[in-house]
Amino acid sequence: MRVMFDGEEIVDVEPVFGYLHRGTEKLAEERTYSQIITLTDRMDYVSSMLNNQSYVLAVEKLAGIEASPRGVWLRMIASELQRIASHLVATGFLLQDLGALGTPLIYCMRERERILDLFEMLCGARITNSYMRPGGVFMDAPDEFWPALDRELDDIVNTIDELEAYLSGNEIIFSRTKGTAVLSPELLINASITGPMLRASGVDWDLRHRDPYDYYDKVDFKRILHTASDNYARYWVRVQEMRESVKIVRQCMEQIEPGPVRPSFDDVPRLIRPPVGDVYSAIEGSKGELGFYLVSDGSIAPYRMHARASSLINLTLLREMLIGEQFGDLFVIFGSVDLNMGEVDR
Amino acid sequence: MSAAFLDNSLWRNIYCVIAGESTECAARDYSSGLLPGGMEWLAFLLSALVVAAIFANAILGGVIVLIWGERRLFGRFQNRTGPNRWGPWGTLTSVADAIKTMFKEDLVPAEADRILFNLAPVMIAAPALIVFSVIPVGVGTYVADLNVGVLFIMAVTSLTTLSVLTAAWSSANRIAILSALRSVALLVSYEIPMALALVGVIMLAGSMSLGSIIEAQAIPFILVQPLGFFVFFLAAMAEMARAPFDLTEAESELAAGYLNDYASMKFGLFFLAEFIAELSTSAIITTLFLSGWKGWDPIPSHLWFAVKLILVLFVIIWFRMTLPRLRVDQVLKFAWKGLFELTMINIIVTAVLIAIWPEPSTTELWIMAAINWPVAIISIWAVSKLLGTSSYENPTPSASAPIYPVGTETLPANAGVHGGGDK
Amino acid sequence: MTTAWHGQALAEAIEAFAPGAVVSSSDSDVWVEPSAISSVCEGLKTRPEFKFDLLSSVTAVDYIDHFEVVYHLTSLPYAATAVLKTKVGQGRTEANVPSVVPVWRGADYQEREVWDLMGIRFDGHPNHKRIMLWEGFPGHPLRKDYVTYDQSIQAPNGEDDE
Repeated sequence: MRVMFDGEEIVDVEPVFGYLHRGTEKLAEERTYSQIITLTDRMDYVSSMLNNQSYVLAVEKLAGIEASPRGVWLRMIASELQRIASHLVATGFLLQDLGALGTPLIYCMRERERILDLFEMLCGARITNSYMRPGGVFMDAPDEFWPALDRELDDIVNTIDELEAYLSGNEIIFSRTKGTAVLSPELLINASITGPMLRASGVDWDLRHRDPYDYYDKVDFKRILHTASDNYARYWVRVQEMRESVKIVRQCMEQIEPGPVRPSFDDVPRLIRPPVGDVYSAIEGSKGELGFYLVSDGSIAPYRMHARASSLINLTLLREMLIGEQFGDLFVIFGSVDLNMGEVDR
Repeated sequence: MSAAFLDNSLWRNIYCVIAGESTECAARDYSSGLLPGGMEWLAFLLSALVVAAIFANAILGGVIVLIWGERRLFGRFQNRTGPNRWGPWGTLTSVADAIKTMFKEDLVPAEADRILFNLAPVMIAAPALIVFSVIPVGVGTYVADLNVGVLFIMAVTSLTTLSVLTAAWSSANRIAILSALRSVALLVSYEIPMALALVGVIMLAGSMSLGSIIEAQAIPFILVQPLGFFVFFLAAMAEMARAPFDLTEAESELAAGYLNDYASMKFGLFFLAEFIAELSTSAIITTLFLSGWKGWDPIPSHLWFAVKLILVLFVIIWFRMTLPRLRVDQVLKFAWKGLFELTMINIIVTAVLIAIWPEPSTTELWIMAAINWPVAIISIWAVSKLLGTSSYENPTPSASAPIYPVGTETLPANAGVHGGGDK
Repeated sequence: MTTAWHGQALAEAIEAFAPGAVVSSSDSDVWVEPSAISSVCEGLKTRPEFKFDLLSSVTAVDYIDHFEVVYHLTSLPYAATAVLKTKVGQGRTEANVPSVVPVWRGADYQEREVWDLMGIRFDGHPNHKRIMLWEGFPGHPLRKDYVTYDQSIQAPNGEDDE
């Protein structure tokens, strides 16, 4: 990002993209629908499960696949855990950029490590999971997963309490983050910004409530909103969303039934050939609306795959947020947008 | 030889061991020394060198231990162990770091002013060491007891400002200069509260010499001068550019700031100077506010000093690890609008109390303490209101009235397909 | 639950305020004339019966003989979605579409990406530059006729290179 200063004040900002561009969309045209799942992992690499879920739901919608219930519940558990992990990364690095020399970052990373250990139990991989398949997930959770998940949820709530006690009442955090980079809801919506940034300005738009996919209509969780729309509001929304995700996971654990985790290969062949057509399907990712637009020509690979990357679009208002602010706040504001370069560039 | 010199047991012992027949040493039972008689000037010179060497090495050794201790404390605060590889419990890590630093390539940027560039690390390390020359670390163990000791400390610590600016300017690097200007603003702004906070202590002790200040502390001055301690502690942390005031080395922003172009041992000297400053500030706080080496008898005074020093160091490290960083304008505002007024209040109140009781005895000191604490609490509260701090507000979630209409209207029946789709 | 606008219903509603703009429609999509995109989008955003204030996605597909620019719109007040499409660049000639950045700022980076990777020009875009690739990159990679580096290497005597 090229930034121009006048003393301590930021005068001009020009982001430069493309350093992590890997041509995901071009590669997707030569891979089968199941192989693309590995490509989607690497887009937003701190929330791989969410990318997987979004893509897999798009394929199910395109091909008309009915997902198996246990797979859907496991998908939801994995996605919500991934949302917690992604918000822990965002919060930890925001606090690190604020200057608390690593202490809150270590707390957040410690919890994230345990969540990644849970993922390793589920699918063998910590970060780029490729856990989901059209119709469900590819492997059932082992028996030791459930008690570990139970313990881990308690630990996560404790960590969130620690973080809140440590920092949410802290004068320095308040003075650094309150009132900086305030954006109005109309501007945010016009700039297609969704996710915690939008909810921090009071707009009640969460695709899990508005357009429930999977079984989000069978679980009950609060809408987290804040009116101030400054850095502090965004940080607060993410921390509270972590609490709600814990509640969702507990409800999934109660409602899950034994059964197959993916449809049999008679119903859904390994090489899916969806009918000709196109579909756009979006979920509420950790950074906003994460959507996939798939065009099928009846063959085993999509004709076109486009990923609506929430991080790239959340950057639209960078100039409004940064110009006029102090140099010391540059990284704090940048961190409150919660970007992931893998998703920006794909 | 003055009586004061002979009171200094460190000097006296070394001098008398080296010197030959000398009347002062003879009077105190030293019958002979190493040198023939008449060479007392040489004995003086040699003992001066020995004392200086002892102090310098002790400080540097202390810094090594401090670096190790700080890193292990960092680890414990972050719920991990600190360095534990080299030596028992990682104690040799700092030695390994020092060796590593010495072997790195020593760069001088092409456009840099070579003389100043090479001079700056020395300019910052030397004053930090010099401060220790007036601090007594035990009964009769000091290098010199200047009768303007406090003034000397203030003067020497303000030399860091000049060396920071020299370092950045000679690097001919825009980012470094930006960081150095911020740092100079910070250091200059906090000089005044730091110096004024000590006025109360000087008034109570009746003298600027550190030895007499310790003598005057029948009860530690932290109890009698809470406001002075508060201001001095914060101002000293800012002078050391420690979190929460460490905007000069904000790693996430400026990549080491004014130290940018320094490599190898020059960087090592900057690093060292920061830790020596930390040690010296803690020593100053211990001497002026925690009654230095005074303690109860069976435990030697040096150990008392060390224990108090470690306590102060622990608090400083604790602050560093837990608090995030303030922005430069907030820091300056805090100095000028916050600490400055507190020092003024402190001086006025102490002056009034000294006018009432010119030579305070112990009970009168306790009375002064009892008066000063409520004054301190009230003035800190008042100043925080003045600064407009917003502490412990609960964040307000959105009101019941929606900010933006979402889902408030319904489409006509023929417009839509079935809801949303089977996502 | 968001409702998806039915293609024909949307086409009729658009015809009501922008006659001649609609080319065709299906169950879920509406195809619009490229030149009319600005006015149609403006109407879709501001008119009270639509209120499409959130542009979810702008993307393009290369259908060999033409390109298609696809807009996915969302209306927050109505909790509704719609799909708008445009066929441009018939016969793989120069493809030009008016930019919708004046209507929705969120189209800014997405249209730059379409220009970068697909080669469709957006008239009126405030910062019409490549976004992911560098200026001077030859070609537009997402096009179907783009030859990748590996495919373009051939040994002098015609055998495939490693």
